[in-house]
Amino acid sequence: MQNLIDVQNLSRAFGKTRAVDDVSLSVSGGEIYGLVGPDGAGKTTTMRLLCGVLRADLGQVTIAGFDVGNQPEQARERIGYLPQRFSLYGDLTVMENLHFFAGVRGLGRKEWLPRAREILTFVGLDEFADRRAEALSGGMRQKLGLAAVLIHRPQVLLLDEPTGGVDPVTRQAFWQLLFRLLREGVAVLISTPYMDEASRCNRLGFLNRGRLMVEGSPQRIEARLKDRILEVEGGPRVILERVARDDPDVEAAHAFGDRLRLRLSRAGSAEIQSRLEKAMIGEGGLVGRIGPSPPTIEDVFIELLEESDA
Amino acid sequence: MINNRLLSLVRKEFIQIVRDPRTLYFTFAIPVIQLFLLGYTATTDVRNVPLAVFDQDRGPAARRLIDAYLAADYFRVIRNVSSEAELRKLIDNGEALAGMVIPPDYGDKVAAGRTATVAFVLDGSDPNVASTSFAAAELIGQAHSSKLTVERLVRRGVLEAMQPSLEVRAQVWYNPDMVSAFFMVPALIGMILQLMTSMLTATAIVRERERGTIEQLIVTPLRSWELILGKIIPYVIIAFFDTLEILVVGTFWFDVPIRGSLTLLLALTGLFLVGSLGIGLFISTVARTQQEAMMLSWFTLLPTVFLSGFFFPLAAMPPVLRVISYVIPLRYYLIIIRSILLKGVGAGSLTTEIVALAIFGVVVMTAAALRFRKRLD
Amino acid sequence: MPDLIVHVDGLTKRFGSFTAVDHVTFDVEPGEVIGYLGPNGSGKTTTIRMLLGLLLPTEGAATVLGLDATRQAEDIRPQVGYMSQKFALYDELTAWENLMFYAGVYGVADRSRLTETLDLVGLSHIRDERAGDLPLGWRQRLALATAVVHQPTLLFLDEPTSGVDPLARRAFWDLIYGMAEKGVTIFVTTHYMDEAEYCGRVGIMRRGRLLAMQPTSELKRTAFHGKAWDVYARPILEALDGLATLPEVQRAGLSGDHLRAISRTDLQADTLEKGLKALGLQDVSARPTTPTLEDVFLALSD
Repeated sequence: MQNLIDVQNLSRAFGKTRAVDDVSLSVSGGEIYGLVGPDGAGKTTTMRLLCGVLRADLGQVTIAGFDVGNQPEQARERIGYLPQRFSLYGDLTVMENLHFFAGVRGLGRKEWLPRAREILTFVGLDEFADRRAEALSGGMRQKLGLAAVLIHRPQVLLLDEPTGGVDPVTRQAFWQLLFRLLREGVAVLISTPYMDEASRCNRLGFLNRGRLMVEGSPQRIEARLKDRILEVEGGPRVILERVARDDPDVEAAHAFGDRLRLRLSRAGSAEIQSRLEKAMIGEGGLVGRIGPSPPTIEDVFIELLEESDA
Repeated sequence: MINNRLLSLVRKEFIQIVRDPRTLYFTFAIPVIQLFLLGYTATTDVRNVPLAVFDQDRGPAARRLIDAYLAADYFRVIRNVSSEAELRKLIDNGEALAGMVIPPDYGDKVAAGRTATVAFVLDGSDPNVASTSFAAAELIGQAHSSKLTVERLVRRGVLEAMQPSLEVRAQVWYNPDMVSAFFMVPALIGMILQLMTSMLTATAIVRERERGTIEQLIVTPLRSWELILGKIIPYVIIAFFDTLEILVVGTFWFDVPIRGSLTLLLALTGLFLVGSLGIGLFISTVARTQQEAMMLSWFTLLPTVFLSGFFFPLAAMPPVLRVISYVIPLRYYLIIIRSILLKGVGAGSLTTEIVALAIFGVVVMTAAALRFRKRLD
Repeated sequence: MPDLIVHVDGLTKRFGSFTAVDHVTFDVEPGEVIGYLGPNGSGKTTTIRMLLGLLLPTEGAATVLGLDATRQAEDIRPQVGYMSQKFALYDELTAWENLMFYAGVYGVADRSRLTETLDLVGLSHIRDERAGDLPLGWRQRLALATAVVHQPTLLFLDEPTSGVDPLARRAFWDLIYGMAEKGVTIFVTTHYMDEAEYCGRVGIMRRGRLLAMQPTSELKRTAFHGKAWDVYARPILEALDGLATLPEVQRAGLSGDHLRAISRTDLQADTLEKGLKALGLQDVSARPTTPTLEDVFLALSD
């Protein structure tokens, strides 16, 4: 599948702050790319640059073959953008809202109605066509938002934190819709602060302070720390943590629920494990279990953050 | 180390006020600006009314009449016209607000001892100007007429050239020149104080609610009354500074006298403030955003100003409104401040007003405090 | 020290015809770290507001530190710390001044406590900077400092790590654990599924009802009835469609380079693989895996 989203060396600053700093990525049709990062990392700014709402200082964005800088209108026709604070018109019905958004997108009188019905069926809102938007539940409103940005059949879908604080049931339903879109060949770029949502994406990019720190499929990212994560069950936490942090092979140690999660500087081995266990017991700690644990993308991001702070 | 809860709150409020340039500007600069603006522009004195004269006589008697009008300092002649149509045109286009028509036989009639009629035309579209001009015109006319009569009688030998037995000279006590600034400045103090304290208090509290810090405050051991006081005290202190600031400007620039006791004035200002702070507190329990708080403060101020006797005398109002004015604290405060500044009276003459303010203050504060509970619903 | 730090019995709150909190019952023992998990609008914030005495319950009762949460709220307050969702700080005040204000209001007489607290959260180097100028991660820590400067026995944290980067979040939780070890009971509300994993026990809230309150490992065992699978197959999107057609599979989704599926407990790996191969998919393999909290949530919501 061809690249529907192609970003090269994108940069944008606000005053002295580099909101987006030399970001390059690409997403092909039928693929979902997750842009992960904390608040202020530059996710929303990147999205805005991609749809041409904001002008880039440097770099190039190509959407479905059209340069967003030189051919903004053609590019925008092919983009569906659901911003973080997407407002619907509360006093308008579902259908009226769609009519409005279709009209804004240039859909003529003959086209919009069948398309609106089609899209309502797709998102599962066909029974609620005449309900006022303000009377919809949070999940339904989300679906309406999605319908509104899909009405003109975009090839590229940009979603800025679409599932913030939302019911898991709603989130599931939303993702099922996204999967169906992927099957139709749409390229999806979704930004999210949630690690578990990120792990659903085909590929991820971790954004921090405007820079893309790592990229790849969740599994490839996790593989960076292959065999380097150990988990210890036991206590007291202070003792175990101290022993772990003093160990030359341990880079970081953090408590996690009732377990201690260690990141080693090299691949773990039975020798390292037994050394740690002995040291912990020696200091008066109790070790219930010590063993390897599959690394998570959060582990990787933390390693990257700690490296960049150092 | 601060271990007094209330003190911690007051101190925090002050730090916030001092570090917020907008509030500081509003608190200290605006009152003075208002003072200057209103002090100079809000004058009810009518002077220099443009007058057009159609003198058909042109004799010395007519001349004397015109001079009499000019000498009274109310009118100034802008044009001597030669037709009634011209006169009308000047009044229509607003160049003249009044017109005087002297008939051609005026001088003859006066000399012959008969009644002469002079016509005075007024532009009634500005009632203020029209009524004052009307009164002035009549008065001046009467005075001149009396003068002529006495002269005639003296000429006839009926009267000795003597002083008139009765001369009514209106003397305005306490404000001999009827300087408006003397009326305006004290009233301004009241108006500005009420607006400022109610608005600043209301917005200060609503701002906490908007930012979300009010939740944190409620969850602390701070008692409701401590919360209220802590929010109010800084603005009381600021209000006193403002009062002094305005008084200083008023006295030294506008020559408004302070004939009574300054201490009494400040004390009664404090009493007045209890009421307006209460209004601010009440507004804060109703408004959800700072904008709403500001709008509500203005909304309470405007009718207050109109019904307080500030611009328009209470005696001239319909009875319904006059009754309502009895619950307007500014009404009483105006009396108090004008009395103390211009008349120099003591507390004894102001008992009604003091009691009224006290009642109002207690009622409003209680109502506000009851609404202001440490609850979110 | 009372036996239970928090005791909630049939707590209900209605706003007009809308029931925000629906007969919630649970207990909290001293020193626990409780996670209160639920999406926006599930009633978790309303619940803790009732525990803090900020709202009046419509029905039911709550005791905090042995005292009635509604009628004795003022007596409870000195011993409770609260960090609100918005990290409510006074932007014009410096870090130190913010701390000093809250210390004053809670009656903390000892100035050295301020320095200690600032050290504890690692913010001594910015004590004279205005709170409004601080980046999000530091604001979060400062907000925590103001909530603990008076050394409360019970701490309520409302969405304390929302929007914060993973490193700051881990550092924050280190602080929480430190306090829990000293005997402070901590009650965290969150809508992040993985944040709940940090907690000892998790209460799951949905539409005002408390669906469960157990440690995460127990929840995954008892609340989730079914099997979770990691499924590999190519091409991946067709495989997703294919899974949906299999009768034993309840739900399937994308998970990076493979798929995740939820099925009935009795499904076997070779049955699943055979079913997919029959649809013409390549490189098929299926392995059971541990369910996530989201799987638990969805199972409880059915």
